[in-house]
Amino acid sequence: MLAVRSGKPVTFSAQALEQAQQIIRRYPEGQKKSALIPILHLAQEQNGGFLSVEAMDYVAEMLDLSPIEVYEVATFYTMFHLKPVGRYVLEVCHTGPCEIKGAEWLLQTLKSKLGVDEGEITPDGLFSIRRVECLAACGYAPMLQCGERYYEFLNTEEKVEALLEHLRQNANT
Amino acid sequence: MIRITIDDIETQVEEGTTILNAARKIGGKIVPPAMCYYSSLPGSGGKCRACLVKVEQASARDPRPMPKLVASCCTPAQDGMVVRNITSPEVIEARKGVVELLLVNHPLDCPICDQAGECDLQNFAYEHGLEKTRSEFPRRTFDPIDIGPHIQLHMTRCILCYRCTLVADQLTNERVHGILWRGEVSEISTYIQKAIDNDFSGNMIDVCPVGALTDKHFRFRNRVWFLNPMDAHRACSKCSGKVVLWLRGKEIYRVTARKDAYGEVHDFICNACRWEHYDLNDWVVEGPRSFQPWSVINANKYNAQTKELPDQLYSKLDNRRWNEFEGVT
Amino acid sequence: MGKRLLLEHAHVESIDRLDVYRRHGGYAAVEKALKSMSPAEVVEEVKKSGLRGRGGAGFPTGLKWSFLDKKSGRPRYLVCNADESEPGTFKDRYLMEKLPHLLLEGIIVSSYALESHCAFIYVRGEFRWIIKILERAIEEACAAGWLGKNILGTGFDLDIIVHPGAGAYICGEETALLESLEGKRGLPRIKPPFPAVVGLYGMPTVVNNVETLAATPWIVLNGGDAYASIGIGKSTGTKLISACGNIRKPGVYEIELGLSLEEFLYSDEWCGGMEGAYGLKAVVPGGSSVPILPASLALKTASGQPRLLSYESLAEGGFESGSMLGSGGFIVYDEAQCIVRNTFNFARFYHHESCGQCSPCREGTGWLERILHKLEEGHGTLADIDLLWDVQKKIEGNTICPLGDAAAWPVASAIRHFRHEFEEHVHHPERCLFRRRQAAVPVNALAEPV
Repeated sequence: MLAVRSGKPVTFSAQALEQAQQIIRRYPEGQKKSALIPILHLAQEQNGGFLSVEAMDYVAEMLDLSPIEVYEVATFYTMFHLKPVGRYVLEVCHTGPCEIKGAEWLLQTLKSKLGVDEGEITPDGLFSIRRVECLAACGYAPMLQCGERYYEFLNTEEKVEALLEHLRQNANT
Repeated sequence: MIRITIDDIETQVEEGTTILNAARKIGGKIVPPAMCYYSSLPGSGGKCRACLVKVEQASARDPRPMPKLVASCCTPAQDGMVVRNITSPEVIEARKGVVELLLVNHPLDCPICDQAGECDLQNFAYEHGLEKTRSEFPRRTFDPIDIGPHIQLHMTRCILCYRCTLVADQLTNERVHGILWRGEVSEISTYIQKAIDNDFSGNMIDVCPVGALTDKHFRFRNRVWFLNPMDAHRACSKCSGKVVLWLRGKEIYRVTARKDAYGEVHDFICNACRWEHYDLNDWVVEGPRSFQPWSVINANKYNAQTKELPDQLYSKLDNRRWNEFEGVT
Repeated sequence: MGKRLLLEHAHVESIDRLDVYRRHGGYAAVEKALKSMSPAEVVEEVKKSGLRGRGGAGFPTGLKWSFLDKKSGRPRYLVCNADESEPGTFKDRYLMEKLPHLLLEGIIVSSYALESHCAFIYVRGEFRWIIKILERAIEEACAAGWLGKNILGTGFDLDIIVHPGAGAYICGEETALLESLEGKRGLPRIKPPFPAVVGLYGMPTVVNNVETLAATPWIVLNGGDAYASIGIGKSTGTKLISACGNIRKPGVYEIELGLSLEEFLYSDEWCGGMEGAYGLKAVVPGGSSVPILPASLALKTASGQPRLLSYESLAEGGFESGSMLGSGGFIVYDEAQCIVRNTFNFARFYHHESCGQCSPCREGTGWLERILHKLEEGHGTLADIDLLWDVQKKIEGNTICPLGDAAAWPVASAIRHFRHEFEEHVHHPERCLFRRRQAAVPVNALAEPV
């Protein structure tokens, strides 16, 4: 399925632009393309959590790449979201050791508490749920990643509820 | 020069030559099949695993065998290397595995595929494949996408050889298609609606080993084995102008670049030669194109033209390069 | 209490800060190496130590270093592989979180040995907070003169750059990692040439795991011989084992190589035994890629010797009755776990993580997952078990990189040792332990580690 332009232009904040320049500078002369993955992370942040076609084209221009080179990379790595996502993406690890400790239970619990399926966004725009493969937290399962943090030992309904509440509170402040 | 032995046949090659190219120098049945390697496209090879061979002795200096089968297209020959291809049951078995895996998701729509008759995967499966499939799961499908007025993309047939992206990198300034996503769902795509439009884009069709990229102007119009391929040329400012015309009577059904015995094009042609000169008067016809004798493109042509030819052919087949049989059509 | 060469100070408050790390003897190895040793001497000590790559393959580090092309005079790079993502493995994360300066110290002495002036740490993108920890540590080290130009006045320059990945297990393979670092798709390169000759940006490059590099300061300070005297046979030194699954105390432990698996599993010093009422069913001793061992073969080798946590002992018996130390991801399964389900789960992982470059892995991993899914759901036949065996054999050894093998081995070993469970899924799918457990209790284990 082909992607469609959203029509929304992308702009980096002044701070993000400076950050992008810093990232580009740290790679050796002539190796600007090395900055692609870090800058795509930055672009995703600046674009409300996902990479639109415009965002990728913007990055391509910044790094003197052809757009297809950026699309090729962005579609390869699972951390890049190519469609809009909720403000908090709950990424539940479902690989072996986490499954032993109830990853499927955690997924079910999240789905029923939030009333959405994997890949959907809650009506308030706050949450989406996603399965991911091993996050290197096997001893602290079941767990999920949300933004910069890992939330581990999510093995009771109370803990899951507390986490969701914590995130909702964060959203308000 | 270094010495290398492949299936008990010794040859000498320049240092840096790959096992595959050393085998091609010997020629005949011991040449490993190759579906992703393409000698004129740097960076190609290693991916399809059709050309796996056994290295029984790594070199004269280090006579140990290599632990795994290696891709002959990208493993350099060493002095004193001993390689087994068709004389190794392990290689034949692995090759069977590669065919089977390549066909797990292939649509097997050869009856309606324009590539049938000149398809590397078809030939490869014919040589090494099982008669029936053991996979019972639905085959992978993709949403069809339109890549422009000249080329039809059938992603379901693609074996991800990467040749079309390499040819675009080599012949054009800005590639607009690429390999997207990863793993089993990797796909050739433009990601956004975009026509592949440059003066040399048609070469993507010629380098495609299967029917993933076919000529929209030729689509469903005829079977390749009903056509008479003729070498022809014209003066062209953009390319060599050396082509093959595929004729029925005096009508040109399609124009392609010339492929060698291993299906490789060395003189890429421009889109004008390919699609803008369907009048026979535009061309200087050199004569019939020669093909490997077993190719279905020759079907029904031997008997009509030279009745005794098949016998002559079969008596000469051993250890000879097929393309030495000039003038066979 | 076993020897602790890496984690000795892991529990010290604020050990991630430079001043605290210094107070506990930090950066002494840099001082010693740069001021009193030649690069060749450092390489020699590492060779003597017998240190082997801790990322999974176990290749001798000193030997790997000696392949590095120094003659051509081209720039050389050291790349630290911190793309930890092998299921069952979470040791590098722990090490970087707790002891970022130990990793930096290891990178500095190793770069000095390799005469490299630019090092990269490729961290998996999900470890966002670790990237911050490392960047802060680098800033501290630069400010204090341990990094940057003319370190300690010795004329040695070094920059360390932290580079994030973006979610791809395959980037743990060293050449895929280099591709990713160059801003491309993480497709493993075709070898030869090896990175020691043509690596990052086409230059000679060494790629080492976090734990491997972190082991070098101790070797520099105490000598290769001292390191080699720890451990057993060719398995020298200590190893971080990340233990998880149905045990009482999951976590990261440093063990002296050669510790018996039984002691590691049951002693209160380590895993603390099984977490619940069920006994031991199986162990995956080195991360999801390595063959699974049934309880009997986990505790004792086929010849009746105690199974030790060492490269050799775990491999004893080959794939018939042995496994591998791998990355040290130690996954324990109790009797209530379903091996068919677990094998399906791993197959799903490898299918998801296959880069798609070469055909056996791209097409085969998906096929494995589908057959296993069919069996796991109870729709399989006995012929499917044989087909599964056949398909994994067609992948193993025929791919560009080891991911194909990694996908094949868990399937092969599960069929080899637990064929009866696969057959049970054909004849009595309703008895599947995973499905019964899912129906009865929401979550298997609720206890937090002790």
